[in-house]
Amino acid sequence: MDTSTPTRWITPAGLLPVLISGSLFVWFAQMIPVIAAGDTLRFVWEWVPSLGVNVSFYIDGLSLTFALLITGIGALVMLYSARYLAGHIHQARFSLFLTSFMLAMLGLVSSDNLLALFVFWELTTITSYLLIGFSHDTAKARRSALQALLMTGIGGLALLAGIILIGTTAGTFEMSQINAMPGVLTDSVMYLPIALLVLAGAFTKSAQMPFHFWLPNAMAAPTPVSAYLHSATMVKAGVYLMARTHPSLAGTDFWLWTLTIAGAITMVFASVMALRQTDLKLALAYTTLMALGALTLLLGNESGYTITAAVTFLIVHSLYKAALFLVVGILDAQTGTREANKLFGMARAMPITAAAAAIAAFSMAGFPPFLGFIGKELKYAGAIAVASEPILVAGAFLIASALMVAIAGIVSFRPFWSKSGDPIPNVKEAPWPMLVGPVVLAILGAFFGIFPETLATSLVNPTVAAIIGNAEPAKELKLWAGVNLPLFLSIATFALGFTLYYYKLKIRAVLIDMTTRGPSFDNGWDKLLLWVANGSKWLTRKIQTGVLYHYMLVTFGTALVVLAVTLWFRSTGIPAMGWPQVELWDWLVFLLVLLGAGLTILTNSRITAIAGLGVVGIGMAMIFILYSAPDVAITQLLVETLVVVLFAAAALKLPGLQREPLSKRWFDAIVAIGLGVVTTVILLKVTTGPIDRELTTFFETASWPEAFGQNIVNVILVDFRALDTFGEIAVVLIAAISIFALLRSKPEEEEKP
Amino acid sequence: MNSIILIAGARLQVVLLLVFSAYMLLRGHNAPGGGFIGGLIAATGFVVYAIACGTEDARKALRFDPGSIAGAGLGIALFAGVMAVFWGDALFTGQWLFIGATEDSKGIPLSSVLIFDIGVYLVVLGAILSITFALEEAV
Repeated sequence: MDTSTPTRWITPAGLLPVLISGSLFVWFAQMIPVIAAGDTLRFVWEWVPSLGVNVSFYIDGLSLTFALLITGIGALVMLYSARYLAGHIHQARFSLFLTSFMLAMLGLVSSDNLLALFVFWELTTITSYLLIGFSHDTAKARRSALQALLMTGIGGLALLAGIILIGTTAGTFEMSQINAMPGVLTDSVMYLPIALLVLAGAFTKSAQMPFHFWLPNAMAAPTPVSAYLHSATMVKAGVYLMARTHPSLAGTDFWLWTLTIAGAITMVFASVMALRQTDLKLALAYTTLMALGALTLLLGNESGYTITAAVTFLIVHSLYKAALFLVVGILDAQTGTREANKLFGMARAMPITAAAAAIAAFSMAGFPPFLGFIGKELKYAGAIAVASEPILVAGAFLIASALMVAIAGIVSFRPFWSKSGDPIPNVKEAPWPMLVGPVVLAILGAFFGIFPETLATSLVNPTVAAIIGNAEPAKELKLWAGVNLPLFLSIATFALGFTLYYYKLKIRAVLIDMTTRGPSFDNGWDKLLLWVANGSKWLTRKIQTGVLYHYMLVTFGTALVVLAVTLWFRSTGIPAMGWPQVELWDWLVFLLVLLGAGLTILTNSRITAIAGLGVVGIGMAMIFILYSAPDVAITQLLVETLVVVLFAAAALKLPGLQREPLSKRWFDAIVAIGLGVVTTVILLKVTTGPIDRELTTFFETASWPEAFGQNIVNVILVDFRALDTFGEIAVVLIAAISIFALLRSKPEEEEKP
Repeated sequence: MNSIILIAGARLQVVLLLVFSAYMLLRGHNAPGGGFIGGLIAATGFVVYAIACGTEDARKALRFDPGSIAGAGLGIALFAGVMAVFWGDALFTGQWLFIGATEDSKGIPLSSVLIFDIGVYLVVLGAILSITFALEEAV
C-alpha cells in the first residue's frame, strides 16, 4: 500500500460507505435533544409473533452513545480507508464488509429484542471474520480470522443459551421490559446460569482473560479495521451487553466479583504485555485489552461514580484509540514499518500526523486539559467507590494507568520526536483523507476535555441513567475537581509512568525473556484445536465403521431394545392380545414368506439369497392384495422386482458368500427373532383396541367432492398431502444423487500418517 | 449379455411397459396407479432394456441424462405446487379445469395435481435409472 504514488482514490466503492455512515451519524445526532431530555425512542415490528421474536429498536442514552461512536468513527475510518486501500484489487469487497459490519453493529446496539440482538451479534462476528481474513493469501490472516470466529462464536452460542433462559424466566425477550421488572432475574433460581452464559458471551467478545488472545492476533487485519472493529466498536459489544443487562443482572456478589476479578486481571496483564511489544499496532492492541478490562471492572458496580467513569472512559477510549490506530496506519503506509525500534524523529516529515498523535496520546496518558484526564480522575473516584476492594482496585488502576503513560510515549512521542535514532529519509506527509480521521478524533478529545459539560449533558448523563436508572444521578465531569485523593493518584501515575518510560528497554527485555519461557495461550489454543480434531476423527472412525453388517445390527438392535423396553413399561408382563380371524389364504401367504426367509438364511449363494428375499417381498404384496390395497401392492411388487434386479447386477461381481455356520450366528438370531416377536406382540395388541377411523372416514367422504378423485391413496399423495409427497420425492432425488456420487467416486487413498 | 432372444423380447417389452406406465399415471386419480407406480413401471422397462442391450444403448434410448430427468421432475412438481398461489390459494392446493363440462359429466378434467403427479413420475423414473445405470457401469 504505497500511498506516495498518486492513485485515483475518489471511487464509488471508497466513498459510498462514507456517505452512508455520515448520513446515519447525522440521523442519530438529531436524536440527541430527545434523549438528553430523558426520553427514549422505541420502534416495533412483529417478525415471528408466535415465538416472541420482534424487530424492535430501542434508543436510549446507551444505544445512542454507541450508535454515534459507530457511525461517527465509522465515517472517519471509511474516509481513511478510501485512500488507504485506493487501487487495491478488493477495495469494493472491503467496503462491503466494513459497511455490513457497521450496519450489524448498529442493529446490535439498537435492538430491544434479545433474539434480534443475538442475530446482529453473530453478524458482527461474521463480518469481523471476513475483515480479519481480508488478506486471505497469508496463512497468518486466515488463522487469526478463524481463531476470532471460533472464540467469539463459542461465546455467541453461550449467549444464545443465556438469552433463551432470560426469555423463559422473564416471559419476554424485550430488554426494555425485562429491565423494568426489578429482581425478575436476580431473584430467580436460574440467575447463576443466566449470568454465567451472558458473561461468557460478553467476555469472549470483549476479550477478557482468559479469552483475550484472539484480539492481538486480529491485528492481522488492515489497520482501519483494527481501529474500527477491534478497538472502537466491535470489541465493545461485550461491554455494551454488560451495560445493557446491568439493570437486571447486576447487584449481586457474583456479578460484582466476577467482573472485578476478570476486569482487574485483564487490565493489569494487558498493560504489562503492551510494554513488551515492539510492533506499535500490537502495543495498541494490548492497551485496548486494558481498556476493556477497565470497563468490565467498572461495570461490576452500581454506584454513580463507577458507572459515570465507565461511560466517560468508553467515549474517551474510542476517540483516542481510533486516532492512534489511524496514526500507526499512516506511519506504516508512509514509512513501510511500524516497529518501535526503527521509527525516530518523524515529526519533521509528517507534522500534522505528529500533532494529532500527540494530542491523542495526551488524552490516552490522561494529561489535563484533555478528556482522558477527566476519564482517569473519574476512574480513580470510581475505584475508591467500588463495593469490592477499593485499595486493590485503585492499585490496579494505578499500575495500568502508569503503563498507559509509558505506552503513550512509546507510540506517539518516540516515533515522532525522539532523537535516539535517525529518521527514515524521503517520507512525505499522508494525504488529507487519511489525516482527517486522526485530527478530528484528537481534537474532539481536547474539546470535550475543555468543555466537559457538553458531553455530560448530551450523552453521559442519559447513558448513566440507562444503566443504573435515576436512583443515583451521574457524577459531574470536571477538569478541576479540587485537591482530592484522585488528584494525588494522578500525580503518582505520572511519576510512575515517566519512570517506566525511562526504563522501557530494560523492562521490555525482561518481559520478552519471561513470555518466551512461559506457556502461551496462543499455543494452547492450537493444541486444543488439534485435540478436538483428533478426538472427532477417532469418534467418527468408531461410529462409522463402513461395514454394512454393523449398521444393520445397530439399527435393528436399537429398534428391538426401544420397542421391548417401551412395551414392558407400558404393560408389565404378557400383554393382552387379540387373535385375528385368519383365513386359509393368509396361512398360505404366511408359509410362502416363511419359506423365502428360511431360504435367505440358509443358502450359500448370493443370488439365491436375493431371490429368497424377493419371495418375502412378494408375499407382503399378496397380503396387501388380500386386504384390498391395490396401490400399495403394485408398488411393493414393482419395488421388489427392481431391488432383485439391482442386487443381482451387483452380486454378480461380488465374491462368493462366506458364511459362518448357523450355530455361530446365535447373536444375529436373537436380534432377528426378538424384533419379530416384539413387532408381532405390538400388532396383536393393537388389534385388541378399537381402531380410530376418523381420518379414513374423512378421506373417504372428502376425496371425490373436494379433490375430484376416487382413488384415495393417490388423492392423498398428490392433493391432500402434496407437500409431504414433494418432500419425499426430493429425498428420492437426494438419495439417487448420493448413490450416484458414491458409485462414481474412486476409493480414496489412505492418508499417510 | 448377448442373447438375441432377450434383446428382441426386451425391445418389445420396453414399448409395452412405457405405454402401460403412461396409462397407469393417467388413470391414477380414480383407479389404482399414479405417478409413483407409473414411474416404477417405466423404470422397469428401461432396466430390462439395459440388462439386455447394455447401459450405453439404454442411455441413448432414454435421450436425457436420468439425473436431469429426476431434477426436472422435482421442478415440475414444485411448479405445480406453487401454481396455486396465482389463484390466491395456499401452496399445493389442487387447481382444476373442466373442459366441456356439462350438468352430468365433468368433461375433460385437467388439473395441477396431474402436473404434480407427472413430476413424481419423472423423479421416480430418473432416480431409479441414475442409480441402476451407475451401478451396472460400476460393476
